[in-house]
Amino acid sequence: MSTDLPEGKETAVKLADSDFAADRREHDVRSALLDYWGRIRAGELGALPAILGLAALIVLFFALRPNTFLSNQNIANLCTQALPIVILAMGLVFVLLLGEIDLSAGVASGVCAAVMAKLIADSGQPWYVAVISALAVGVVIGTAIGWLVAVVRIPSFVVSLAFFLGIQGITLRLIGDGGTVPVRDDFIVALANKNMPVWLGWTLAAVCAVGYAATQLLRWRRQQARNLHSRPVELVVAQSVVVAGALLLGTYLLSQDRAASPLIFLGGVPWGVPLVGVLLIVCTFVLARTPYGRHIYAVGGNAEAARRAGINVTRIRISVFIIASGFAAVSGIVAASRLNSVTPDAGGGNTLLYAVGAAVIGGTSLFGGRGKARDAVLGGLVIAIIDNGLGLLGTKAYLSFLITGIVLLFAASIDALARRRRSNTGR
Amino acid sequence: MNAGDAREPAARAAGPRALPYGPAAPSGPADPPFPGGAARVYRPANAADTLTAHDRSARGDAARWEPLGMAVTPVLDLRGIDKSFGSVKVLHDIAFSAYPGEVTALVGDNGAGKTTLVKCIGGIHSPDAGEYRFEGRPVRLGSPRDAAALGIEVVHQDLALCENLDIVQNLFLGREQRRGIALDESGMEELARRTLSGLSVRTMGSVRQKISTLSGGQRQTVAIARAVLWDSKLVVLDEPAAALGVAQTQQVLEIVRRLADKGLAVVLISHNMNDVFAVSDRIAALYLGRMVAQVRTADVTHRQVVELITSGVSGDLGLRR
Ligand SMILES: Nc1ncnc2c1ncn2[C@@H]1O[C@H](COP(=O)(O)OP(=O)(O)OP(=O)(O)O)[C@@H](O)[C@H]1O
Ligand SMILES: [Mg+2]
Repeated sequence: MSTDLPEGKETAVKLADSDFAADRREHDVRSALLDYWGRIRAGELGALPAILGLAALIVLFFALRPNTFLSNQNIANLCTQALPIVILAMGLVFVLLLGEIDLSAGVASGVCAAVMAKLIADSGQPWYVAVISALAVGVVIGTAIGWLVAVVRIPSFVVSLAFFLGIQGITLRLIGDGGTVPVRDDFIVALANKNMPVWLGWTLAAVCAVGYAATQLLRWRRQQARNLHSRPVELVVAQSVVVAGALLLGTYLLSQDRAASPLIFLGGVPWGVPLVGVLLIVCTFVLARTPYGRHIYAVGGNAEAARRAGINVTRIRISVFIIASGFAAVSGIVAASRLNSVTPDAGGGNTLLYAVGAAVIGGTSLFGGRGKARDAVLGGLVIAIIDNGLGLLGTKAYLSFLITGIVLLFAASIDALARRRRSNTGR
Repeated sequence: MNAGDAREPAARAAGPRALPYGPAAPSGPADPPFPGGAARVYRPANAADTLTAHDRSARGDAARWEPLGMAVTPVLDLRGIDKSFGSVKVLHDIAFSAYPGEVTALVGDNGAGKTTLVKCIGGIHSPDAGEYRFEGRPVRLGSPRDAAALGIEVVHQDLALCENLDIVQNLFLGREQRRGIALDESGMEELARRTLSGLSVRTMGSVRQKISTLSGGQRQTVAIARAVLWDSKLVVLDEPAAALGVAQTQQVLEIVRRLADKGLAVVLISHNMNDVFAVSDRIAALYLGRMVAQVRTADVTHRQVVELITSGVSGDLGLRR
């Protein structure tokens, strides 16, 4: 601001100077970190609980089972164990963003898997026909739930509870009491049981790391060029390095030889991992960078405001249930691949609780309006580690149920407390 | 109704000068360029009564005023609007018009039906009966989106903002600018900052702040900015100054006047008679869901309007007994 202003205008200028001061202020690492700390204290926890939880659990189980927990074999195992949970949770994030719930997602994954397995085993259909049919079943279930919730306006809790019961009946009818449908199709089995060639794993990891860094830096440059709100470049670089490090470390661990016999080589990233990677990228893009994603957050934050802004709230509501059930179908297929079979209780038991728990642990709020696709991945890893670790410890079934229940409650409490904290501090 | 005809934000449609208030004015109320002429200073409380009539003829605006409903086509023309909630009839046979270039104040006691009428105008409620004409053509609004497509912007009394989104995201909600299939975040952020600076919004740290971190008055300003960001024809403000401080109220009144001077039709709801007399060209008074009078501001006194609001009659104005 120039100094040769007439008397009296100076105060006005000074005041106007505070317009968007934070946008104009040169952000350095220190101020950005202070901002971050301020946000955490105000209850915007983001990915922090999940990352702390991951670290703590890894240390804990490593201390308890130093030989088995971090073995090459178990790391790969953990990874495939997490796949169905992550996929199911990623679909549920969309529903949770609206503050709704889909209790039937778990058993929906079961019935979709059953349809797929039956089509291959009994009707001899090729895998793609079976997969498309399974997805179609998921979409139909999602449409039905979404319609009942959005148009008839029954609470989603009740609708999906009814579907939870009904769908179990359908799966039982399809497979028969005590029956099992084997899954032998090469493609389907490969999803969770076969690995990418080691070189391909490394290439993909490198491409993703470079791609991530490039998008972050390009965005930063665009913001700088147009004088918009941006983070300090050091943080952008640091974040890119951390993501690249995580990708490469994961690839390294999964590329180790984990064959029981020294004669053969068994290693590489399981094929299900890039599948989750693609879903993660697509979902992140849709939620963060498209009008549709923006509208989901808006409806979750204030449905009436969204309606007044001209957003078709009904359509958004129906669509998230379709997405959740569609992802459930994919999750069911991957689970069937991992187990090489489908049973009548597929997707039952604690499947859904695991997925909801994963989303919530990852940072998605049960109250709607807050959450990201990556929450499903972080939270899914936490849940898979708990499940896997308890298995290694040989915990009794009753104890596993208890512990998982407590973990879910714990995550939901963090969510509720953070929310209270936010409203106390006006965030 | 062509609901698909979504409008471009003003800045897109008409290049750089299309922002409602021109470039960011660094100073406060004294500075912003008024297209209509010199900056107007609004009289402080209780001077309004005596000043307005002179004030207006001095402005030379009086010549523009035609007898109600004659030469100038009203932008908005409502006839015989009824609205009931269940068995409660809230609006009875409402006639209401808003003219281009004029501020029409809508006044009435609490519960008179002002907000309900506004929601009918904005496509949130659909009236049970009556005729809705926009720029002379009969229209039927099915949703707020239809209203927006026609060029109707409403600032609601209960602020329609999403607290979990930031200021930019709220400003463009439902009408996001895009580049390909993705959102054009930087374009929206730039435009948002210019608009807000034009409204002389102070004390906001960042346009990327979440709404939940803003004060009531700041939220109100965002809601108003949302309405003026677009190239609209009718702007309706439901008690926009209710939560605002002295200086901000002044600013809102200026915005209201500037919008009208640009040729828009503006409907302002307010309980503050001084504000009403300071900016409005016409006053429409609602009493228990009935439109009791729609008069030129210059033709009535403060006292008459208060009587219309509280009892529905004032001399030969208002309800027939
Ligand atoms: N959704 C609704 N359902 C039932 N009654 C309603 C509804 N909305 C408004 N009303 C009733 O309609 C009447 C008019 O309400 P409205 O909100 O339009 O008043 P107002 O003039 O805006 O009042 P205020 O000055 O307090 O904002 C009130 O008696 C209210 O109780
Ligand atoms: Mg009202």
